[in-house]
Formats: sequence, structure tokens, C-alpha cells
Amino acid sequence: MPVIEIKNVSKTFKTVKAVNELSLTINQGEFVALLGPNGAGKTTLIEMIEGIQSPDKGEIHIMGKTWKGHAHELHHLIGLSLQETKFIDKLNTEETLNLFGSFYNLPKSRTEEVLDMVNLQAKRKTFTVNLSGGQRQRLALGIALLNNPKILLLDEPTTGLDPGARRELWYILEKLKKEYNTTMILTTHYMEEAEYLCERILIMDKGRFIAEGTLNELTQKHGEGEIIEINLDKEINLSGISGIKKTNWEIPNQKGRIYVDNIAETLPALTAITSTQNIKILELECRRMTLDDLFISMTGRHLHE
Amino acid sequence: MNNSLYQIIVIQFKSFFREPAILFWAVLFPILMAWVLGIAFTEKGEGNATVYFIYDLRKSRSLEKERTETFGKETGNPVKVKFLYKSKEEALEAVKKGEISLFIEEKGDSLIYNFDPANAEVQLTHLLIDKGWNKNASRSRMAALTTRGTRYIDFLIPGLIALGIMNTCLWGIGWNLIELRMKKLLRRMVATPMKKSTFMFALMITRIILSGFESVLLFLFAYMYFDMQLEGSLLALLLIYLGGIFAFSGIAIIVASRTSSSQVGNGLINFVSLPMMVLSGIFFNYHNFPDWAMPVIKSMPLTVLADSIRSIFIEGYSVTEILIPLLILFITGAITYIIGLRIFKWY
Repeated sequence: MPVIEIKNVSKTFKTVKAVNELSLTINQGEFVALLGPNGAGKTTLIEMIEGIQSPDKGEIHIMGKTWKGHAHELHHLIGLSLQETKFIDKLNTEETLNLFGSFYNLPKSRTEEVLDMVNLQAKRKTFTVNLSGGQRQRLALGIALLNNPKILLLDEPTTGLDPGARRELWYILEKLKKEYNTTMILTTHYMEEAEYLCERILIMDKGRFIAEGTLNELTQKHGEGEIIEINLDKEINLSGISGIKKTNWEIPNQKGRIYVDNIAETLPALTAITSTQNIKILELECRRMTLDDLFISMTGRHLHE
Repeated sequence: MNNSLYQIIVIQFKSFFREPAILFWAVLFPILMAWVLGIAFTEKGEGNATVYFIYDLRKSRSLEKERTETFGKETGNPVKVKFLYKSKEEALEAVKKGEISLFIEEKGDSLIYNFDPANAEVQLTHLLIDKGWNKNASRSRMAALTTRGTRYIDFLIPGLIALGIMNTCLWGIGWNLIELRMKKLLRRMVATPMKKSTFMFALMITRIILSGFESVLLFLFAYMYFDMQLEGSLLALLLIYLGGIFAFSGIAIIVASRTSSSQVGNGLINFVSLPMMVLSGIFFNYHNFPDWAMPVIKSMPLTVLADSIRSIFIEGYSVTEILIPLLILFITGAITYIIGLRIFKWY
């Protein structure tokens, strides 16, 4: 039985179709990343799974149950962490966990287990107002983990964190997957995060999924291979170089992107031509396609817009 | 056992006692205010006045240069008057300079009091002096009302207790809810199996305990410092207290039901509390307001609460005599709770 089953779900706010005829099935133990620019409908979708919004059309089943009439059971199955959570200032980490634990009727010993899991034992007596951004997000995750949830919903869990704090959170989530076979849906702006944690990436735009798969599958299916970004002092004539799929110039034949099958094959030919045509290379960057590049090539807009 | 009702109450207490500023404003400030106002309006110190006296020089006797006499001792509010013997020219000049506001002229057997009739205080002084000098000729006597229940402090303390109940609910519950919504903690909480009714109930219980503590401290202070007594029934006081908490926590929930902005929240709470604070006769009797305003003033929850507490303290009311106000407060609470929870936004 799938853990989450979404069938033809739509949700409209006034005139905006936030979610448009979406269907999605998520199995036990899957880590799924939802990527998309602001306003793509990620948060609305998550909120419908969380049960605080109800779909205008379509059905959402969680472990075979809908929110109607099963709210109490479903609250026990789901753990969630919201964007930039704040807590009661003058309560410490341990007290905050005890408070939320009491809502699930959990003994205080559970607080100890969670403090270990999210690596906050050393900060148990620190007021939440004095926690760092990373510690605060770990506390938010700790609260999400209190009830040993089957499903974790994380809305931008690492936005605004420094790379070290972000990695620390990733390790915790990785461990959960291995040890508890938790199912997780995560929204994020960070490609590395989606790539590191999730085997399935769903790209959303205007209330629909526009692509789905692992990062490799996505780049193979939708991408244009690899990218050479180049800036030259005068126009170049590229005829005669093989392996160029497409170009995207800011200044015609002088500054822009060259999409190629394989950088290793095309780059030597390109540099050879610049010297024969007596052109100076001002800037050069070669890279694999990122999710942002993918998004641009599919929609013409940036992920972060 | 990790009971959620208990936990919510405990965290309320912890955040209360860990914020020294809240402790000051909620507990010490009302006591300080009672002390200052109580002294200012009840125990006036000895007054002083300087009065020039102009002799009729046609009468022959030995002349003094100055003399001091105290008047109005029997009122408990005496005025010490220093008489300086001067000429009329000197007196007029001193009046112009503002050094004195009264001079007495002797003309044969009569005394002429010269003063500005618009100055109420000097009018009073002249009466005190006149009365003091004619003690034996007059039938009237002055007596100070100092028995309990008639002093300003007896009026003030029950009012302050009522005001404390309103403030602790509006700020303690209302502000708290707005802050929790702002921090998205309300939303986080309803995503757990927590019962909403348990949550609201816990907020009210917290206020019953905290405000009780504040009120008892305030009364103890008035009891020790001003010898204030509870004349009426303790049970009646307890019931009206619970009614007040219930009514004002319901109002707090309505006030805090929608907004997640601290400015709007602040404005809303002040919008509700300030008119009541001014009109409900906390500091001064509301009977000085025009007659047409009386029905409005009397129907305000704070007026109902303050008047009832006052009647129990001063007039010795029992439960049967406060049944109607009690009913009003509980109905107000029930209606505001029902409406408040219906329109309440958890996220």
C-alpha cells in the first residue's frame, strides 16, 4: 500500500490555481524532494497533505485514510517542520520538547531519545531564543520526530542555514531513512540538498509537476548535456566544432552558453579555434547541468525567482 | 506522566517568572500605584499658609510681630498658619508678588478677609481660620470620617483588583495567543493531537492562579499598610473573581482571534481596555459622567466586576446580592468564548 496517494488534486485561491490536477504516489521509505520557484504550489501541496488545507477537487489518502474523520490518527502518523520555526523564547530545549511530547502523551524519556537523535543534548538547558539557526531547525526536526512519525513533511528545513549546519541536518535525515524507513517529503531551493537526500525529485511550476526522476534521469531526459559558459573579446565562428547541441547567447557569438554533449571533447576544439581566429577568452566556465539550468531550459525562468 | 494540561500551565508560569519585567508590571506596579495614590488621597500632610494681619491701630494694646496657629486639627487634615503683622500697603504688594493669597484686616470689632474668590483653597483656609477663632460662638463641629470603607483607598483597591484581572487576561492570554500565532507555534500545535479545548482551558487556569496571586498580594499590602478589611463574603469574592477571569479571557480570545501582527494586536487590546479603564470607575467614581452615558458605563464588564468587588469589600455583600453581576460575567464569558473559538485562526 502506498504511504501517500494523491489523486487529481486541485486547489484554487481566489483566481490563482495553486495546485492543478496533481497526482502522486509515494511509497514507504521514499525521500521525495519538491522543487520549484516561490508560488509554484509546493507549500499548498504540503499543507493539503498536512491536513490544514483541503483540496477543492481530488483525494488525498495517507496510509489509506483521508483527513475527514481521521484527523486524530493522522496527526499521530505525521511529523512536520515548518519554514523558520520560532519557539517560546524563555523555554529551554528540553522543556519545549516535553511540551510537544505531552501533546502525544509521550513520557519524558522520549525527550531524551530525541535530544540524542538531533544532537542537542549539550543545549538542553539553553533558552530557545539563544539557539543558533541550525540548532533551532534541529529542534524543529526533533519536535517532528517526537511521535516517531511514519511520514515527515519538511518545508524548507535548511533555508538560511550555513553549509555546516545544513550538512548536520542532512546526516540526521539520512540516518532516519536507514534506521526507521521513514517516508519524507521535503521542499527546498537547494539542488545539492535534493540530490543528496532524495532519490526522487519533483519539479513544480504553476501548480503542476513538470518533471520527475533522479537528478541523473532528469538531466538526461530534459537537460541539454553539459554547459560551457564563455565570454570572448570578439565574435567567434563556431562552425566546424562537433558536439554542440544548442547555444544561448547574451551577446551574439561572443558571450553566453554553449550546450554540449561532452565538455571533454568539445572544449579542446573550442580553445583551438579561439587561437586560430585570434580571439582572447575573458571568462570560461564548464560544468554539469544544475537543477536551476534544467528549470531554465524547461520554463525560461530561474528556480529562485 | 507527561500531561498536556499540566505542561501548558507550567510553561506559562515559566515564561511569566523568567521575564522580570512582566513580574514588575503585573505584581509590583499595582501595589506601587495603590501606595502612591492611597497616600496622596488619604493621608494629606499638614498644610502651611502665610497670612498677613493688619491691625486697627486706633485700638490700643501691645502688638506682636508674628504668631503661628494651627487650625482644623479635628479634621485630621490641619493647616498651620503663620500670621505676620504688616501694613495694608505691604499686604497688597505681597499679594501682587504671589507671596500671600490672604490678608486679614481688623476694622474696629470686625475682621475683613481679603482674597481672590476664585481660589478655592484660600477660601477654605479663611473658613478654617474663622471657624477656629469663633469656636465658642458656633454650634457646628467638624468630625473626620476615617472609618473603614469610606476612604479613597477602600474605593481604590477593589478597582485595582478588577483592573488587574482585566489586564492579566487581555495581555496574558490575548497577547500570548497573538505571539504564538506570529511564531507559527499555534499552527505547529494544532498539527499535533493536542486538544484545542485543553489548550484554552490551560490558559485560563494559569490566569486564575497568577491573577489570584497578584490580587492577594495587593490586598495584603492594603491590609497591612492601610488596615483595609474584607467586610463581605469570601465565597462571593471568589465567585465574582472567577466570573471576571472567565469573561475577560473570553474577550481576550475574541481580541486575539484573527491577527498575527503585534501592532494590530497592541491596538486592539488597548482599544478594548483603555475605555473601560477610564470609564469603569477604577480610579474615580463614574457617577461624575453625564447621565446618558450611565447605561453604557454600567454594562461594561469591568464596571460590573469592579462594582461587585467593591460592594463585597466595603458594603459586605454576600453571594445572593451579587447573583446578577455574576450571571452577567459568566454569560459574557460564554458568549465570547463561543464566538472567539468559532472565528479563531490557528494558522
